[in-house]
Amino acid sequence: MFPRERVPQSVLTMINCQNLTKQYGPLIAVDNLSFQVCPGEVLGFLGPNGAGKTTTMRIIAGFLPPTAGSASVCGFDVENHATEAKRKIGYLPEGAPSYPEMTAQSFLEFIADSRELVGAHRDKRLKEVFNLLHLEPVLEQTIDTLSKGYRRRVGLAQAILHDPEVLILDEPTDGLDPNQKHEVRGLINEMAESKIIIISTHLLEEVDAVCNRVIIIDRGQILADDTPKNLEARSRFHNAVSIKFADSSQLESARTKIGLLPGVLNTEVNQNIDRLTAFPADGQMLLKTISELANAEGWDLSELSLESGRLDEVFRTITGGAAT
Amino acid sequence: MNGTLTIMRRELRSYFSTPLAYVFIVIFLVLSSWFTFNFGNFYNGGQASLAPFFGYHPWLYLFLIPALSMRLWAEEHKTGTIELLLTLPLEIWESVAGKFLAAWAFIAIAVILTFPIWITVNYLGAPDNGVIMAAYLGSLMMAGGFLAIGSFISATTNNQVIAFILAVVICFAFLLAGFQPLLSPLVGWVPQAIIDAIASLSFLTHFSDISKGVIDLRDIIYFALLIGTFLYANVLVLHMKKTS
Repeated sequence: MFPRERVPQSVLTMINCQNLTKQYGPLIAVDNLSFQVCPGEVLGFLGPNGAGKTTTMRIIAGFLPPTAGSASVCGFDVENHATEAKRKIGYLPEGAPSYPEMTAQSFLEFIADSRELVGAHRDKRLKEVFNLLHLEPVLEQTIDTLSKGYRRRVGLAQAILHDPEVLILDEPTDGLDPNQKHEVRGLINEMAESKIIIISTHLLEEVDAVCNRVIIIDRGQILADDTPKNLEARSRFHNAVSIKFADSSQLESARTKIGLLPGVLNTEVNQNIDRLTAFPADGQMLLKTISELANAEGWDLSELSLESGRLDEVFRTITGGAAT
Repeated sequence: MNGTLTIMRRELRSYFSTPLAYVFIVIFLVLSSWFTFNFGNFYNGGQASLAPFFGYHPWLYLFLIPALSMRLWAEEHKTGTIELLLTLPLEIWESVAGKFLAAWAFIAIAVILTFPIWITVNYLGAPDNGVIMAAYLGSLMMAGGFLAIGSFISATTNNQVIAFILAVVICFAFLLAGFQPLLSPLVGWVPQAIIDAIASLSFLTHFSDISKGVIDLRDIIYFALLIGTFLYANVLVLHMKKTS
């Protein structure tokens, strides 16, 4: 675990989890988790299936009580001041459940009433979320007739309706097509400044797109807690340089020459796409020396790129999937 | 309290946006009239009274109310909406009360729609309308008792069929608690006080008093306590399910 430097924030504005533990019989789903999340942070929960992401989110949302430890939201303990804590939270449960026999509109009106929105403010917020999530065409349809994408959006609308200080979204873009994913990520980015947002996802590109902090958990424990950039820097691909030749027959001789350059740790060739990657020794920058070499040799390159690091590789290394 | 009303409104709306409401009401009306006219000696009895009509209510409720109550909580657990419901800023008791009141109001609608039979009996003769009013009240109280039991059972399982069967069996036990053949095996070795206590739990005993036009406060209290107890147990079960 790599602690991050953080500006001290008032307990009243953040999520605070202390030694959170959840046991189902002999199974420990969440094992002594401690972390804080502050406004402006978009925290991505990453982890293999069954790692404890959903359980942790359910505890914070007040659906499950922890076996041990405590969680508080904006100063309200999720067990002892459950209702106050729930008022602060917008929550999209896993799978975005909703009442299939209701129309999208009546469902969201029900949520508005449960959230104690009244009068003009209620109507205004309803209009805003209809707009924001493009729900107008399906408002009169019952939810069981909606496509997966629309259902997910109704779920998101439900979560943001009362403009909560804390958003907990369990796989918010699951089942959306690429355009819709892009839109939802844009929406999250827009809201990020003033809110605390926790999302869980399997999609590493989503972490890059919206999160400014990542917690990787596996078997209920935090394995990494860092910014996406720093995590990428842990990848062996970080600052590696990849090149492709217009004529791939030059590949092997080039490989030998690049391998002899100062600062090059080793080289690798991806045979499928004829791409050569040079890995730097500690902290060395290779781009300049390699491009100079290419010029000097007169190589006909179709690609020359600097890698920032690969999150999926870091993820596999950290969660122990690297062997496969 | 607002939460209760919100839940109640949502539930009632849901009843009428599915065929469930219409099927339930039609079956209730058809069966209650059919029993009354075919087996109840409504005409041959020679009395302007709705006693034959109300006499069948406990038996209709025995099957129809578990059919209504089985989905109350089991369905929320099955579809996952329980997670949504329990993370809204509502107390659990508000949801329990809201669901119960919605289902109760729905049964009340079905019962009130039997009014043509009341008009009929007034057209044919001069019944004691006070007695009929009391019987309607008693019938609704009894329906509330069945419903509270059914709601509690529904919260204990994710399976609607199990919820239905268990509710029918337990309601049946409450219905017949005062029935002599059922109590006779106990006579002789169980203290009379306990036998009396079991017998006093019977729906039929309490309902038959009210349906005769005798509104005894004890009968009303009996049903109110029964409803309260099972709804409280309902809240407890939902809490327990969360922690397990």
